[in-house]
Order: sequence, then C-alpha cells, then structure tokens
Amino acid sequence: MRFMVMVKATPDSEAGTLPSEEMLAAMGRYNEELAKAGVMVAGEGLHSSARGARVQFSGASRTVVDGPFAETKELVAGYWMFQCKSLEECIEWVKRCPNPMPTDSEIEIRQVFEAEDFGDEFTPELREQEERIRAQIGDEAR
Amino acid sequence: MSAPASGDLQRTIDAVWRIEAPRLIAGLTRMVRDVGLAEDLAQDALVVALESWPQSGVPDNPGAWLMATAKHRAIDLFRRGETLQDKQQQIAHRLEQDLAAGASSDPTAEAAAAAQVGDDLLGLVFMCCHPVLAIEARVALTLRLLGGLTTDEIARAFLTPRATVQQRIVRAKRTLSAARVPFEVPAGDELAERLPAVLGVIYLVFNEGYAASAGEDWTRPELCEDALRLGRILAELMPREAEVHGLAALMELQASRLRARRGPDGAPVLLLDQDRSRWDLLLIGRGLKALDRAEALSRGGLGPYTLQAAIAACHARARVPELTDWERIVALYDGLAALTGSPVVELNRAVAVAMAFGPAAGLELVDALADAPELAGYHLLPSVRADLLARLGRREEAYAELTRAAGLAGNEPERRLLLERAAGLAGGG
Repeated sequence: MRFMVMVKATPDSEAGTLPSEEMLAAMGRYNEELAKAGVMVAGEGLHSSARGARVQFSGASRTVVDGPFAETKELVAGYWMFQCKSLEECIEWVKRCPNPMPTDSEIEIRQVFEAEDFGDEFTPELREQEERIRAQIGDEAR
Repeated sequence: MSAPASGDLQRTIDAVWRIEAPRLIAGLTRMVRDVGLAEDLAQDALVVALESWPQSGVPDNPGAWLMATAKHRAIDLFRRGETLQDKQQQIAHRLEQDLAAGASSDPTAEAAAAAQVGDDLLGLVFMCCHPVLAIEARVALTLRLLGGLTTDEIARAFLTPRATVQQRIVRAKRTLSAARVPFEVPAGDELAERLPAVLGVIYLVFNEGYAASAGEDWTRPELCEDALRLGRILAELMPREAEVHGLAALMELQASRLRARRGPDGAPVLLLDQDRSRWDLLLIGRGLKALDRAEALSRGGLGPYTLQAAIAACHARARVPELTDWERIVALYDGLAALTGSPVVELNRAVAVAMAFGPAAGLELVDALADAPELAGYHLLPSVRADLLARLGRREEAYAELTRAAGLAGNEPERRLLLERAAGLAGGG
C-alpha cells in the first residue's frame, strides 16, 4: 500500500527560512536510507503558502484566494510517497526521520486510496492476445 | 516471563522486524559466515525483543538493539561450543570488540556503516540467488530473507503448502553451508555471470504476481509490490548496472497497468482494452526515468530487460492505443529475439508485426513457430493464432484454436476468457 507522508508547516517554513546545511545533510541521509529500502517512491518540498493559492467552490462560482494562509499548522510544507506493507511499517519509517524543522514539528501519514472500484468500463470484447510468459515477457501478448 | 505483546505493539514489532530483518541477517551472515545460523540468531533476537519490549518499550534504535542482542547470542553460542574451533573463537572475539566499540555518532563512521550495510545486503542477494540452489529455493529464500516475508506469506503467494516452503528454505540454507558458498559480492566477469540469476529471481516473483500461473486470481498485486521493492533496492545498491535499472524500469512500467488489468469481476483486461486513465502515472514516470538510466549505462547494445522495458515504454507513452508505435516495438523485438533466440519472444514479435503490418504477416510468423518444442502445450500459441485467424475472417479455425488454448491455460480467469472468446466466435459476435 501507498502512503502520503506530509511534513506540516511551521512559522519557520512559512517564513521561507531555508533549512540549515546540517539539516539538509541529515535529510539527505534519511532519503538515501528510504531509497535503499525501496520505500520512497516520490517526494518534494513545497514553497511557503505565500506562493500558493486556494480556489473555493460554491455551486457554480469559483473564488480564488491568494496565499499566504493563516492556519500554519494545517498547511503542508513537503511530502513523500511511501510504499509500505502496513501503516505500522510506514510509522516506523517516519519515526526514523530527523526532525524536519528547527522547532517542534509534525508529520502526518495518510493512506492513498487504491481504486478497487473499477466501474463498468470493462469490455469483454478482446482485440489483442493477453499472454503470460514466464521466461521472456512480451507486452504484446498480455 | 513477561506478558505477551498487545495487538498494537505486536504490529509495531512486526513492522520493525520487516524493516530490520534483511540488514540484520545480512550483517550477521558476514560475521558468522553462515546464513542459516545468521537467521537463527536474528530470530533469537526477535524473541528477546518480544519478551522485553512490552515492558521497556520499543528502543529508539531498534535495529541496533536487535543487532547487539544477536551478537551477544552468537558470542554465547561460540563460547559454549563443545569443540572450540579457533575460527569460532576469532569470530566471538571480533563480535565482542564490535559490541565494546558501540554505535558511533561520527558522520564518517556513520557513512562507512551505511556503505557496509549496502555491501552486506548485496552479499545476501547474491547468496540467496546462488546457482547452487534450485530456482524455487532461490525465490523462497530471497522473499524470506530479503523481502521480509514469512513462510506463510510465501506459501500463500505461490499456492504451495507451508511445509513445502519451509522444507525448501531449510534445505536451501543447508545446501549453501555444505557448498561453502562465500558471502561476497562477485566482481568483474563473475558479476556479469551471476547478475542474470538475481534479476531472474526478482522478475519471476513479479511475474507470478502479474499473471498468476495457477489458481483463481488473475493477478496478485502484493507479489508485484514485493518484487518491485526488491528491484528498487537493487537499483540503489548497484547504480552502475544497466540491466538492474532495466529490470526496475520494466517492473515499474508493467505495474503501472496493474489496476487497469483486472475487470470488476477479476477477469483479465487486455492491454489494448485497458482504460489508460487508470494507469499509474507515478509508476510510469519512475519507469521511464529508470529506462533512461538503463539506456545511458548500456554499452554495446541494450540488454534483455532494458529492451523489454523499452517495449513497455512504447505502450506507456501512447495515450490511446492508436498512437502505439508498433514499428518501433517490432524493431525492439528484433533486438530481443536476436539476443534470446526464444520462440516465446518470436511469438510476441509476431503479434507486434500483425499490429504494424497486418494479421497476414503476423500469421505467417506464428505458423513458422508451430513446431517449436518450447511452445508445445503453451496456451498462448493457439490463442495468438486464433486472434489472427479471426481477424482474417477464418472463424472456424479461430474457434478451434481458442478451444485448444482454453484446454491448456493454467489459471481460471484466463481459461474462462478464452472460452468466452470462442463462444463469441461461434455465436457470430
């Protein structure tokens, strides 16, 4: 299963303070460890909300609100996408993360929805051979 | 005796174990020179953890804790040994020194330790996939020691009785000991010789998840995830090997289609019928990037996994089936066929040729394969033939071929699909 691991914003990150060299090095080591364990499948840091915007929906109308946004602790400063066997495994990996902020901070873990609901687009009519090939796979055939 | 771990803690310990077990076993194998003993020591450490963590809590660095515990067990074991061999004494002595030195927080030492972990894991990879072992044993051992799967999980994944898997693992460890297989990462020519076996094991696991060889389920995505994870780990551990990235690319690209590959009732949905909006763009992006890396590292032509990944990429890049570059796919198959000489590859090439140049051209190639002994009893040969015949309007022959294919198919959904297609032809649909 896949998890979105979100680093929550702090007044520092919202002020656009860049991480220290020491923090960058520690985070680099952590990212390497994640990659070497085959856990991290994506990840990015985000600019402060001053560079963001919100689009609010009400019926047919759309209102754009420019950042920055006030509720700092609810904002996201960066994220990873982890591939793990369980929420517990994901938690264990997140516990190994260096504190991503110079102050107290929080990381939120959310499981990614796996679209098991396939709808009714499945068409039984087949135009191509689907194959299983053990030794050498061919895309054509399956 | 302490109270058994509560449900939550039990799950936490399971998770810690899954994360730590491979490096623990790899590191211990390097130290004690026996993978069976290493796994026993690691398991002993886990048992101690299960007894003491409910009271003490999970330590801050559970990996280091487990390793230290396992080393103490090893020292006890060697010191207690009835025949005190010099070698065992030496190992015990070194373990004691290790423990006394303790964990260092110095960055250089940390980096060195990280590099050692990487080397240890690679050593374990090559040991689990050693040619002295039968292929089933390699698969079971790799999933157990590197994938962190339990024997039960492996048994379920391969629809094999638990006892059989257990036996396989026990025997494999014995075989490795008896053959005195060294714990090392092969270098130079030997690496080139041994790497395909490693890639083959990982891809076999992936394939069993991608198109199950038996049973009720058409795909087993969890097995694909296990294989992908192993492939990604290997790509990090061997960043200079083109084919390692080629395999990672192939699996990422194929896995990107997994959720589009099953209909609501679990039935297969074929490549050209898939809803491409369901393809996983994250995995496609990773796959294309890995393919770039594989191609950049390839000297003297692309290897078989990189070629297959390049073919998969042709599909991944086509937003609609009509945009598929079939001529390029044919060219890539030419390369793959030249490399492998496999009739299975030829069969796939024939399908691509039919797509690029029409069903008659494809049928000609398929007919040339009719007597290939490797394809005897292989349901895909009549299945492909049926498709081409149908497209040429030769419906009766197509019907007969589909019925034959259904009789040869291994998994249920696939068999049903073939029968449905046959019924469609008979019914004039």
